[in-house]
Amino acid sequence: MTWSQLGPLLWQAFGETVYMTVWASVVAYALGLPLGIWLVVTRRGHIMPRPTINAVLGVTVNFLRSIPFIIMLALLFPVTRAVMGSAIGTTSVIFPLVVSAFPYIARMVESSLLEVDRGMIEAAQSMGSTNLQIIFKVLLPEAVPSLVNGAAISVTTILAYTALASAAGGGGLGALAIVKGLNIRKFDVMYSASLLLVALVQVITVLGSRATRGLDHKRH
Amino acid sequence: MNTAEERPEAPQAPAEALQAPAEAAQQPREAGRLPQIEIRNLRKVYPVPDGEVVALDNISLTMERGDIYGIIGMSGAGKSTLIRCLNRLDEPSDGQVFVDGDNVLAMSGARLRATRRRMAMIFQQFNLLMQRTVARNVRYPLEIAGVPKKQANERVRELLRLVGLEQKAGAYPSQLSGGQKQRVAIARALAGDPEMLLCDEATSALDPMTTQSILELLQEINRRLGITVVLITHEMAVIRQICNKVAILDGGRLAEQGTVDDVFLHTKSAAGKRLFGILPDQEEAAAPEPALRIVFDGAAAERPLISRAIRESGVDVNILSANIHQLNHKAYGQMLVALPETPEARKRLTDTLQALGLTVEEVHPQ
Repeated sequence: MTWSQLGPLLWQAFGETVYMTVWASVVAYALGLPLGIWLVVTRRGHIMPRPTINAVLGVTVNFLRSIPFIIMLALLFPVTRAVMGSAIGTTSVIFPLVVSAFPYIARMVESSLLEVDRGMIEAAQSMGSTNLQIIFKVLLPEAVPSLVNGAAISVTTILAYTALASAAGGGGLGALAIVKGLNIRKFDVMYSASLLLVALVQVITVLGSRATRGLDHKRH
Repeated sequence: MNTAEERPEAPQAPAEALQAPAEAAQQPREAGRLPQIEIRNLRKVYPVPDGEVVALDNISLTMERGDIYGIIGMSGAGKSTLIRCLNRLDEPSDGQVFVDGDNVLAMSGARLRATRRRMAMIFQQFNLLMQRTVARNVRYPLEIAGVPKKQANERVRELLRLVGLEQKAGAYPSQLSGGQKQRVAIARALAGDPEMLLCDEATSALDPMTTQSILELLQEINRRLGITVVLITHEMAVIRQICNKVAILDGGRLAEQGTVDDVFLHTKSAAGKRLFGILPDQEEAAAPEPALRIVFDGAAAERPLISRAIRESGVDVNILSANIHQLNHKAYGQMLVALPETPEARKRLTDTLQALGLTVEEVHPQ
């Protein structure tokens, strides 16, 4: 295949991958961030201890996280159809991506917020802070570098999931590599699409760790 | 306890106490005024697999407005738990804590937060927000209280000037030394205009020189702003230097309390004697005859005091026992010398020792 044929294919698939990844990440964070905060503050000994709620949330998150994405994709078919109007296609795949990613993100957020020193929370309490003030003025700002680092990892994971979108008729670089590459033995397509995915992951990782370092004032 | 100590001050009747006569009836109202902090029968137990550990056992203390109240004890004596029970960072198991007559342990929500703002706290590990600049750390209490930004920034500048860190406003805590961090923490604690300052081992992570400067700052704050300071420490030097009252904790129990001078000169408890470097049995065994007790309270530095006293008074000194130790390059402890035979010699020696800045008292075997 010539470059003039391959180029537009790669460009279109690249656009689809970015589209799925960005939307899935945004929506998954909108769900995962509050859930992660909730997982932290309801712990025993934290600012709003609710051990029962915490245990139930924990088990639910673990359950969702243990289902492989490809199975989730299939299991969710009827739900996806109901929510997105269709079970197949690039846009529809965003729904199962979100369902798979948000429990993962919740755990990432949880671990970032748990790194915040207890002493800071106690200092904030001793100054008469409300729980919401502690969350928004202490927990989240103090965890920003770690949250950004976690976001780079989460987005990379979502990007990897999008490669399986072809199983539900979705597009993107993964679908290009499988459908128009591997399946019909066009290895140049397969390799070039895969290389582009690798490059994308590298860019996200490098940007993520740079941002993490730049935002952290703890180590100078 | 000196709840009846009279000072011409207007009684501050808290609104809540007036609304709750049943609760108010229990409260001490001698001399028409309330102590700033009163701890009554405070108890704290931690559950452990095979029963419970008693961290605080029946502690009762009274702290007056303007006190610098030191709580001292060996590690594990429960002093940290005690100070954390005052603003309920730790929940007491039983007892009461009154602040201006209001029971802190009966408070919740907004009332507890309002009370916490009146009793700011500083910590051994400073607990500054690491992702905020110095100025934004100091501004935190003003932010949560909803003070307008311009006014808050003005106050922050003022406070940083007070603690001598105006130049560091834009720095991050990680760029500061330990002493500077504690100064920022003090400025932050003062931002909300507290009436009380709780210091949880505030100087324990600092070197001796930095400790001095922080203690001087606390003293200045107490004098200039009239803030009641409660501090816990395991260093007697800290108590001697700035406190007017002291409580000694031992194994979760209150071993002794009173004014610093009193407790120091007439140490009764074994825990107190241990902390002051006087072993209890040694003192009793060493006073089979009338003696003079010479107290080294840190004021006397590395001077050859005893030889000077002998030279200047012309009285020979027979040392019966001595237990002196060094803390921050100062001598602490006590020495027993045989009581000189004649009253004149006794007086000359006593006067000379007192002139040298030592405290002297006669002790007689019982």
